[in-house]
Amino acid sequence: MSSAANPSLKTSRQLLLQLAAITKKFGPLIANDAIDLDLHKGEIVALLGENGAGKTTLMNILFGHYVADAGTVMVAGADGILAPLEPGAPQAALDAGIGMVHQHFALAENLSGLDNIVLGTEPIFRLRRDRTKARTKLAKLMAGSGLNVDLNQPVHKLTVGEKQRIEILKALYRDARLLVLDEPTAVLTPQEADSLFATLRQLAATGLSVIIIAHKLAEVLAVSHRIAVLRGGKKVGEMATDQADRRSIAELMVGRDVPVSRRSERAPGKPVIALRDVTIDRGDARRSLHGVNLMAREGEILGIAGVSGNGQAALAQLIAGLDRPDIGSVEIFGEKVTKFDAHQFAQNGIARIPEDRHHDGMVGSMTVAENIAIEDVRSRDYQKFGFLDFEAIRKRAEHAIVDYDVRCPGPDAPARLLSGGNIQKLILARVLEKSPKLILANQPSRGLDVGAQSEVHRRLLEAREGGAAVILISEDLDELLTLSDQIAVIHAGHVSAAIAAHDIDRSELGLMMAGQKKTDENTPRSGDPA
Amino acid sequence: MEIIDILLTANFWAAALRIATPLIFGVLGALICERAGVLNLGIEGIFTAGAMAGWMAVWLGAGLWGGVLFAALAGSFFGLIHAILTVPLGLSQHVSGIGVTLLATSLSYFTYRTALPDVSSPPRIIPFQPLDIPILSDLPFIGPALLSQTALTMLALVMVFVTGWVLYRTPLGLAIRAVGDNPSSVEAQGLSVYALRIGAVVAGSSLMALGGAFLTMSAFDAFFFGMINGRGWVCIALTVFASWRPGKALLGALLFGAFDAFQVRLQTEVGAFLPSQVFLMMPYLLSIAALIIVARKADYPKALLVPWFKGQR
Repeated sequence: MSSAANPSLKTSRQLLLQLAAITKKFGPLIANDAIDLDLHKGEIVALLGENGAGKTTLMNILFGHYVADAGTVMVAGADGILAPLEPGAPQAALDAGIGMVHQHFALAENLSGLDNIVLGTEPIFRLRRDRTKARTKLAKLMAGSGLNVDLNQPVHKLTVGEKQRIEILKALYRDARLLVLDEPTAVLTPQEADSLFATLRQLAATGLSVIIIAHKLAEVLAVSHRIAVLRGGKKVGEMATDQADRRSIAELMVGRDVPVSRRSERAPGKPVIALRDVTIDRGDARRSLHGVNLMAREGEILGIAGVSGNGQAALAQLIAGLDRPDIGSVEIFGEKVTKFDAHQFAQNGIARIPEDRHHDGMVGSMTVAENIAIEDVRSRDYQKFGFLDFEAIRKRAEHAIVDYDVRCPGPDAPARLLSGGNIQKLILARVLEKSPKLILANQPSRGLDVGAQSEVHRRLLEAREGGAAVILISEDLDELLTLSDQIAVIHAGHVSAAIAAHDIDRSELGLMMAGQKKTDENTPRSGDPA
Repeated sequence: MEIIDILLTANFWAAALRIATPLIFGVLGALICERAGVLNLGIEGIFTAGAMAGWMAVWLGAGLWGGVLFAALAGSFFGLIHAILTVPLGLSQHVSGIGVTLLATSLSYFTYRTALPDVSSPPRIIPFQPLDIPILSDLPFIGPALLSQTALTMLALVMVFVTGWVLYRTPLGLAIRAVGDNPSSVEAQGLSVYALRIGAVVAGSSLMALGGAFLTMSAFDAFFFGMINGRGWVCIALTVFASWRPGKALLGALLFGAFDAFQVRLQTEVGAFLPSQVFLMMPYLLSIAALIIVARKADYPKALLVPWFKGQR
């Protein structure tokens, strides 16, 4: 409907795909609400939207993983005539030339790349497999697209970028005319992402149509011809990329102005936690710390910058009371800690926002309400005569859902149904409602969309205003520079002295993260901090 | 010295292979199921059903190969029950498997008792006879060990090869290995996860049943209560020992068979000092020891025990 209202999008090119009024409900949640989308040959369309906007659901319907409650999917055959696609059948989608690269790769890790690509393309009851033809075809595809990867390696030995190349090759091997990529850059380094975009543009030039699901604006603007924006299950806008501007798209996605977080000037209070010459040696560099001194004060955000895998995990474990130092000591409110026990630390007002929110932040099979109460089941607030008071827990959850804008079917819905951003809001609600003295926020906005990210930032600043200390572990320099009062850099288990955030600039921080000391910027990496 | 002598006799290895035969069928069946991602604890009951069905078919006049076929059918029937419960319905594989074991065992005993209400000693059939294969029997050492084996043992050895070929050389085997590692990879390539898993469980179960049939139609010539005696459970352990590979499954089964044959012979040598139960325990103790060494590094099929539902997020 909205595409018809926008005649500038009509091209002379051949129409390949037409989604009409697609609607899909999961219980009371409307994931897709009458969405229309057209796609032409050789066109790259970006499907943009916040987490939970319904992008992935729409593509899963297209590919036959889900069956739509209403609406039709029409795909052009070889003759260019649109015909309806059989719903709920990935095989039909594959036959129609649709290939999908899932966000969580659909690869069997025990098989080689070649086996994964060939799987399902040959008649299944055969005495032998003939791979020479497959190899020739793949060699040609790899040469043509630049998607080079060792096909004989078992997939579990490949890097994330290589696995993604296997996924794309899987589609190309089946002569896909339409390639759907679900959040393809979420797992890639910036260089890998750039090379992926180059490949996609090159493939589009040869006639391949691409739908790319994304929530990062810059990427979308760099690669697509056209942008369709989804919000809350509805298509709220569609435009040619060269006529789009960042700000208006961001507003379309979020549905309101994206507030820019600002720090107020505020003098820090007394120290909440202090690490004194802490060394933890676990053999593995990712899990070790060497002579770390660190102090977080009330009303202050201490940023810990660093490329992930440089000891952040060890630091987070230590501050949460999940590990103990081999050498050195930890002080909480000036008192030396003798008992390293997570419950004890929580009692002292230390709350954590864990790095892996799906794995460490919640229990997927439990309800939203239970997940809210999970860290405080021993608290009197949630008990009645020694039993859990589900009425109180439910009430708390209902409040949290409203106050923190957790989008979910209700307090009794299993938490696994929530999108990443909403899980993070759930965790924020759990953590902040306790008015903690110290918040350990480990990569709190990684993988979140613009809206959820700004919400996380606002809440952390609010906690700082309220006098809490915040330790913010992050890889995102913008986030660190916006939020932090002080920034320390972690590299190979060593933590630099904290520097006031306004005395530091991006490039300097970047160099320190790569292992160079602040004072001698010209020394290469060999001058590792002692 | 006598111990070494035992190990060097062809007679000993013939016994080891004979004891190993039902285990070979069982481990192959279990590993096919598990490669597809389904643990089949119905194995003990399926052994019983196979033993009973095969024997009864022969006793009723179906002929030996008719009995084998009938045993395989009984196995696939119980396999199908397990597959339906665990694959499309996604129920607990442990609970369903143990349920199938109890059901298959009880149904077998019930059928036996109903068909033969008043016999005190079980009726006998004429079982498979040792084969004399012209070229094989002439081989040194291996020849005599193979000489006293029946057609079912040969079938077990052939099945090791066939299972290996199917799993590693055919598109079907590729799909089975993929579905046990990541079902989404199979669905994304347009194949049916349900069909593959159900098919693998049914095929694996029919192989398991042949293990039972070997007991009543080759090793012995009648059906007794309790004759499976934990062989099915041993197969589940041997599957881990074999790292889900048919070749290693043969090795594991032979190892167990050898332990068992060895303890029988050891009993006659040093039986005066130790109670016989200690020797009976030995193969099981050694399998536990072997399992501890091997299984710590075991690379389980990643989707084993994990139900998969179409269209679920």
